[in-house]
Amino acid sequence: MTAVTPAPPSTAVRPAPAGAVPPGRPAGRSRLRTLAGFAFGAAVLFAVAPLVLSDFRLALLAKYLCVAMVAVGIGIAWGRGGMLTLGQGVFFGLGGYAMAMHLKLADAGPGGMPDFMQLYGQLDELPLWWRPFASPWFALPATVLLPMAVAFGLGSLVFRRRVRGAYFAILSQALAAAMVILLIGQQGTTGGTNGLTDIKGFFGYDLDDPVNQRMVYFIIAGTLLALLALTRQLIHSRYGELLVAVRDGEERVRFLGYDPASVKLVAYVVAAGMAGLAGALFVPAVGIISPALIGIVPSIEFVIGVAVGGRASLLGPVLGAVAVAWARTALSERFPGTWTYLQGLLFVVVVAFLPGGLASLWALARRRDVAAQPLRRGRLSLGRRRAERTEVPAA
Amino acid sequence: MSGERLDGLSVRDVRVSFDGFTAVDGVSLEVPAGDIRFLIGPNGAGKTTLVDAITGLVRATGSVRFGDEELLGRPVHRISRLGIGRTFQTSTVFEELSVLQNLDIAAGARRSWATLARRRRGVPDEVAAALETIGLAERAAHLAGTLAHGQKQWLEIGMLLVQDARLLLLDEPVAGMSHEERDATGVLLETVSRDRTVVVIEHDMDFLRRFARSVTVLHAGRVLSEGTVAQVQADPRVQEVYLGHPVDAGSARTGLEA
Repeated sequence: MTAVTPAPPSTAVRPAPAGAVPPGRPAGRSRLRTLAGFAFGAAVLFAVAPLVLSDFRLALLAKYLCVAMVAVGIGIAWGRGGMLTLGQGVFFGLGGYAMAMHLKLADAGPGGMPDFMQLYGQLDELPLWWRPFASPWFALPATVLLPMAVAFGLGSLVFRRRVRGAYFAILSQALAAAMVILLIGQQGTTGGTNGLTDIKGFFGYDLDDPVNQRMVYFIIAGTLLALLALTRQLIHSRYGELLVAVRDGEERVRFLGYDPASVKLVAYVVAAGMAGLAGALFVPAVGIISPALIGIVPSIEFVIGVAVGGRASLLGPVLGAVAVAWARTALSERFPGTWTYLQGLLFVVVVAFLPGGLASLWALARRRDVAAQPLRRGRLSLGRRRAERTEVPAA
Repeated sequence: MSGERLDGLSVRDVRVSFDGFTAVDGVSLEVPAGDIRFLIGPNGAGKTTLVDAITGLVRATGSVRFGDEELLGRPVHRISRLGIGRTFQTSTVFEELSVLQNLDIAAGARRSWATLARRRRGVPDEVAAALETIGLAERAAHLAGTLAHGQKQWLEIGMLLVQDARLLLLDEPVAGMSHEERDATGVLLETVSRDRTVVVIEHDMDFLRRFARSVTVLHAGRVLSEGTVAQVQADPRVQEVYLGHPVDAGSARTGLEA
């Protein structure tokens, strides 16, 4: 019996695939395209939008871009990591409240108390847990680190116990509900249902001044671009590949010697940090943070934007989030009351007919292009079939 | 590329029960270093459960040692890092990733977070070697989901190679393969067993006759017979289990008698 090797004999002399990048995507060109993409995005956000949009619309866009930051994080956790998190509002809220607490204290001046506490708090002095937020050196890092710490604690418990799928989604949603109940229940120190409102200054700048509003917009746009760059690096790193592997075969990854819980934990914590940062920037852009902005409904709306845009792609979540938020404003201006139904319908349609979101339209179109060149493909596969035939002498 | 040292597998009195049902009932077996051991037995004999116990997927009592290390009681990923790799009855490659990415991930369980945070540049040596061994070098950039069934199984084995597994536990690796693919897989097993220990669960008797160096027959959670292919074939208890009655008629159905 002659031995037949699985390797076609020809492979021995062939060089190993150089670079080994996905077919049709040479590394250099891809990098160039990315740079061009970022330049284009920066031009739109920094030059075109401020020129063509009124102050009012630009402020709205700033708000949408904050939602888009949350969406980028959800794209990592859900799109690449498979964790359907229906409670990003919690992290958005933690970041938002941390920032708003600091701004309220700054508005009140040294030793002062936020207005609402005197109104219905009947407090004589600032609660202990508010005090550190008077310092920007504490409050600013806290907007990101606090949500990350909560996500770390929760994720460590949940992922090691192998809670996933719908159970994870429900758990994360319950967390959003719990946070809202907590905030409303502690009206004296949290502002209750009203939240923290009427924020006037942002590190010494008057937020009523359109020039300063514009500055806030630029900070938000720049932050979003930076988060996108970070996310792109993450997706293309070895960790990014591993994350997809965990999404598609958690058990298999475990048998390869990895602990999938820690792989998921990193993605979840990063997503929480992005949501926290978004919440922190949302406060100066909109001037308010309240339970209604961080509860179950907004948490689900974050996810809808991501699903519509395309959860597994880099730009899909951003475009989806902005598009859905924009459509919401535009449609509720004209047809108040119908938006909720339209949003539900949109979600159903996307999930049913376009699971890859709008971003997959591009890929679909490209596949059509490739399919339209049967000659080239045909020859390739013919060649391979011939190679296979020669490889196996009749046993 | 691997296997600094060659270790054997030692299973002593392993028991696995699920809610009162004993799936593995005191199995002991020794697989010497470098062996190609086939585990056979009728459905429900406990073959896959035994492999599950060795790899930490189910809780078991008794002792399983690979080299000097006790495996029972450790979590799955720790056992894997001791050099134990397995495949499953259904192929479980990451279909959304390329062949190369699959192998690169399999090679990387010991990578630091700093390495993980960076991009892969080029092809690691062990991955390139595995690509040659399993004959998928030409398809490195293709998505694993586009591979043929047999190629997926080879990719699985390749993933074990780069993972630096020194004990390979393969669950029905040639199920659904063509004759040519079976032959190629057998040769692949012979190649990799030069510096590794291989345990194969298999129903294909023709494949077993050609490539097994030793055979253990499990029945109802116990070891029924053990030895070379010829010894096991000659064992009347084995024929009884496979045919349901003592030796008399032709055992063509199982193909145990060549």
